[in-house]
Amino acid sequence: MSDSGAGIATSAAAWGLAPAVLLVAVVALLLAFGVAAVDRLVVSGAGSRAMWEPLRSGVRLMAEERRTTLAPDSLLWRLGCASVPVLALLSLAVVPLGGRTLLSTSADLVWFNAMESILWAAVWLVGWGPNAVHALTGGYRFLIQGLSYELPLMFSLITVGIGAQSLRATDVVAAQESLWFVLTMPVAFAVFLATAAAFAFWGPFASPAGVDVAGGVRSELSGVERLLVELGRAAFLGAAAAMATAAFLGGDAGPWLPGPVWQLVKTVGVVVLFVLIGRRLPVVRPERFVEVAWMVLIPLTLLQALVVAVLSLSGFYA
Amino acid sequence: MLTDLSAWAVTAVVVLGALSVAAGIAVFVVDSMARATFALLASFLAVTGVLIAFDLDYLAFVTALMMTIEMAIMAVFMIMFMMNPAGLMPMTMVHNARGSALVGAGAFVALTVGIWTIDWPVGEVTRPADSTRQLGEAIMGSHMLAMLVIGVGLFATIISGTLLATARGRYDRFGADLRAARPNDPVPGGLPR
Repeated sequence: MSDSGAGIATSAAAWGLAPAVLLVAVVALLLAFGVAAVDRLVVSGAGSRAMWEPLRSGVRLMAEERRTTLAPDSLLWRLGCASVPVLALLSLAVVPLGGRTLLSTSADLVWFNAMESILWAAVWLVGWGPNAVHALTGGYRFLIQGLSYELPLMFSLITVGIGAQSLRATDVVAAQESLWFVLTMPVAFAVFLATAAAFAFWGPFASPAGVDVAGGVRSELSGVERLLVELGRAAFLGAAAAMATAAFLGGDAGPWLPGPVWQLVKTVGVVVLFVLIGRRLPVVRPERFVEVAWMVLIPLTLLQALVVAVLSLSGFYA
Repeated sequence: MLTDLSAWAVTAVVVLGALSVAAGIAVFVVDSMARATFALLASFLAVTGVLIAFDLDYLAFVTALMMTIEMAIMAVFMIMFMMNPAGLMPMTMVHNARGSALVGAGAFVALTVGIWTIDWPVGEVTRPADSTRQLGEAIMGSHMLAMLVIGVGLFATIISGTLLATARGRYDRFGADLRAARPNDPVPGGLPR
């Protein structure tokens, strides 16, 4: 991949490939745990002890015996389950950590978007694999929801690209030196957070894994496979929070404290915001969300992109 | 011609190219619609890797993005309309095997002979510092007319395809005089109207 035009070397170039990959993996795990812990804390209301519940259930899932179904498509099922956490890791590869990204390309934001879109295939396969009706229903629900959230998500990422005049993540952070993008792109920010919840099928967009279909895509998962999918979902939410920090909240910029601390504070803030709002909203029915997305969110995000384009042309971001 | 690329890139192109062809063949070998669809996706993702090796980052990521979404949607329709969706019964994806094999082999030979015998122009074109920016400038500048025509054409195709496929029109939704305050839809929309 081309590094030309990059002001900042990738973390792989600066710190060596293995430490850089390890950093992304560790950050992904920490983010996933952070999301799950805050989620437990808010949902259970049982105080700080509830925070450790995800760790406990994670260890339990590792030891749990796998159960299977009649005539599953094992190859596709396992492929789908393994892809979810791998895609979360890959999408984190273009999020600046400590000011550097693992991969730096001239289209980082599109990479992030592409990893999320490959999740379409992965989640559908998780639903398809077990040869079970509830799981398959969940998979179909994810696709319907995807048709609604994908374009608003693309437009919100494009808006960031217009403001930064670059699709490179480190350039996007650098472009917010004087003004955070969230101030001129509030709609794109809100839509990005909402669509992040949708691609992790979480919170109000959890109907692919809804209780009305016995857990949907998750219904036949057990043992390590359930752990992988849950971990991947949480890591995706965490990666989205980290991306929202980099794309809208100035990344690691901030006074007094060192950059990574600021980035951590902002990312945790976004996660808390996610959970506090997301867990208070009812689950949206996918077929109802279609109209909202196409009639409201797409025009809104297009308008947002237009405003930012005009601001950009007038030299506002220069 | 190949000397522009590093040895790593050439190796990647060869391996991923072989992988994409193999996955393409797998489409016609596997006996399940889901597997055929995702073998095709694997083939497209291998092509994405080839584009990355060529430093065409934006095109590569957009290929992965578009093709994955397209295959996921296609899987739905393949399973809805084709025979034997889950591979629980034997099936074949091949029709008129001998004729199509002949046509395929003929096209392959013609293209390969063409590629290796044509005296390709060797220009003094330098590789751009940022292929994404170059692509954007081409689409929004010198090639804007072509891209707009293609874009509008595709969009019109999508709309006319949907129109032809749906049995319901505005008279079904808003009544014969189009005066109904709320559309009469089998699945209610999410907006309060």
